[in-house]
Amino acid sequence: MSRVLVGVKRVIDYAVKVRVKPDHSGVVTDGVKHSMNPFCEIAVEEAVKLKEKKLFKEVVAVSCGPAQATETIRTALAMGCDRGIHVEVTGKDYESLGPLQVSKIFAALAKKEEASLVILGKQAIDDDCNQTGQMTAALLDWPQGTFASEVEIEGDKVKVVREIDGGLETIKINMPAVVTADLRLNTPRYATLPNIMKAKKKKIANMKPADLGVDIVSRLEVLRVDEPPTRLAGVKVETVDDLVAKLKESGTI
Amino acid sequence: MAAPLVRIFSKLARQVSGPWRVCRHGLRNQSTRAGLSAEHATAPGVSHPPLQTYTEEEGMMREAVKRFAQERIAPLVSKMDENSHMDSEVINSLFEQGLMGIEIDPEYGGTGSSFFSSILVIEELAKVDASVAVLCDIQNTLINTLFTKLGTVAQKEQYLSRLSTDMVGSFCLSEAESGSDAFSLKTRADKHKDYYVINGSKMWISNAETAGVFLVMANADPSTGYRGITCFIVDRDTEGLQIGKKENKLGLRASSTCPLNLDNVKVPEKNILGQVGHGYKYAIGMLNEGRIGIAAQMLGLAQGCFDQAVPYTRQRVQFGKRIFDFQAMQHQIAHVATQIEAARLLTYNAARLKEAGRPFIKEACMAKYFTSEVATLTTSKCIEWMGGVGFTKDYPIEKYYRDCKIGTIYEGTTNIQLSTMAKFIDKEFDL
Repeated sequence: MSRVLVGVKRVIDYAVKVRVKPDHSGVVTDGVKHSMNPFCEIAVEEAVKLKEKKLFKEVVAVSCGPAQATETIRTALAMGCDRGIHVEVTGKDYESLGPLQVSKIFAALAKKEEASLVILGKQAIDDDCNQTGQMTAALLDWPQGTFASEVEIEGDKVKVVREIDGGLETIKINMPAVVTADLRLNTPRYATLPNIMKAKKKKIANMKPADLGVDIVSRLEVLRVDEPPTRLAGVKVETVDDLVAKLKESGTI
Repeated sequence: MAAPLVRIFSKLARQVSGPWRVCRHGLRNQSTRAGLSAEHATAPGVSHPPLQTYTEEEGMMREAVKRFAQERIAPLVSKMDENSHMDSEVINSLFEQGLMGIEIDPEYGGTGSSFFSSILVIEELAKVDASVAVLCDIQNTLINTLFTKLGTVAQKEQYLSRLSTDMVGSFCLSEAESGSDAFSLKTRADKHKDYYVINGSKMWISNAETAGVFLVMANADPSTGYRGITCFIVDRDTEGLQIGKKENKLGLRASSTCPLNLDNVKVPEKNILGQVGHGYKYAIGMLNEGRIGIAAQMLGLAQGCFDQAVPYTRQRVQFGKRIFDFQAMQHQIAHVATQIEAARLLTYNAARLKEAGRPFIKEACMAKYFTSEVATLTTSKCIEWMGGVGFTKDYPIEKYYRDCKIGTIYEGTTNIQLSTMAKFIDKEFDL
């Protein structure tokens, strides 16, 4: 019972300007730079740190997606994970893959791998769902420590300091548990060149959702994707009276 | 939920705040290439992949170094240039990231990767700072290679693990009176029993300020001319070795370039690298490879400069349109882009030829010569495209312009490269 499962998602790189497809069915992903979701990086860093503190024996990185998802797993391996699992989902299935299906997959894997801890990024920067961690915990009937900015293992319990709107909340939950990483949990390490070389030798197992008995049919249908409205130029006014008049005119007051 | 995005925004903010970051570098939309994974492994049935095809390992290394350079080195570049001083933090992190022992065997603490990976690393570093790139280049392509190829087991054990983890090396060939005419060097090594006494002075020695070991080319038998030149391993703390004040240079200012004085420096026989009198061969051999490294440095420099200038031309509006949209600008920009692409192909091909064990010297010369000329053209044009702001130190472009000049001079001047190429061409027509 000394294994950590970390979920990593391959997303469009944060610095890329996202474009909507002409048919409004989604965003352009072909030929666009992708990388590991930043919150997933933080999750990997935390898992590897816990292993370095000898609190866990093995860190397993998991990603769901097409062949390119192995690149993301390879990066996780280069950061220190021991092995990877690539759950292959392609084509239309991948386009409709969402938190519910992914959490079913993670729940199945957590049981299969006998993980004591599942660490995920709190949300992905492409869909901003912030659901997978919570759903995974619910499916497993495990406690959850979400928006973690501090994680400490105390025996068979986990102390999690959560970042919430009102400030910080500290909770203690029993393991096995699910934790989702927030921004200030840690600063992810760079994959050093020697570690990239070592990562080549680490194993990535390949499987399909069906192998885990998971049905990935989506219950959601994306109707349309649009860009946010273009920001209009502002208007300068001379006096406060002008301002009030303009606001009344636009129906704002 | 603005707070969680702070780190992401601060990354972006670091890229857009202040004139140094007005031009967001790096992320040109590479829609003409089908994404990173298509650059790995050959498609089935394609037996001649394009030159820009990288193994997964090479691709990952490049991404890692790109990111590291952007985040850890870029913020310090201006300061290091101004102060003519390489931040020790930068040097330490180069070692930490495994960038100083790329080809060294993991048994000695190195990364155990390939020559081509070194080339990619040097290119990525040069996009951000050519001084950091040259530090990495000299260490990997000259110092490490010399030890790996020529070192005895004892020498390798003593030096390779330090070179990959915390010690910088310097290569000392040039003197005040011998640059291109390297073999006329005057530094002498007189033999006494089981040690040599070295006297002389060296000039233009890169990395000298921070190096822990110096590979000194001295002549052990001047009567035989250049066939007496021998390579000696001299530790920094050896008595009689004095490192002079660093030069106040036009460019590559963060890379220390110092004269060296050797005053009765005693070096034991076991510190000879390779064989006595074979130093000239080693120097030529290593410089052939080092040439490709410099080509990579100049390539990265040109690309980095270009990537910073073009966004400006897309933003700057004059006469009601972006200056990029003026035909004259478009033609110039396209011309420069073509030159850079050609330079890249020459460099990558020379590297692949060397890796394949095929003759590569002529191609290496071509790569170094062409890339350094392209760097000069690119940086000069980029300043023009940026107009007045290109001429100020508030923007990074003028630094690329200053840095590129040494490319046509060091590790074999352009004229030497051309003469070397001509010799090969001459031979090709012998029957």
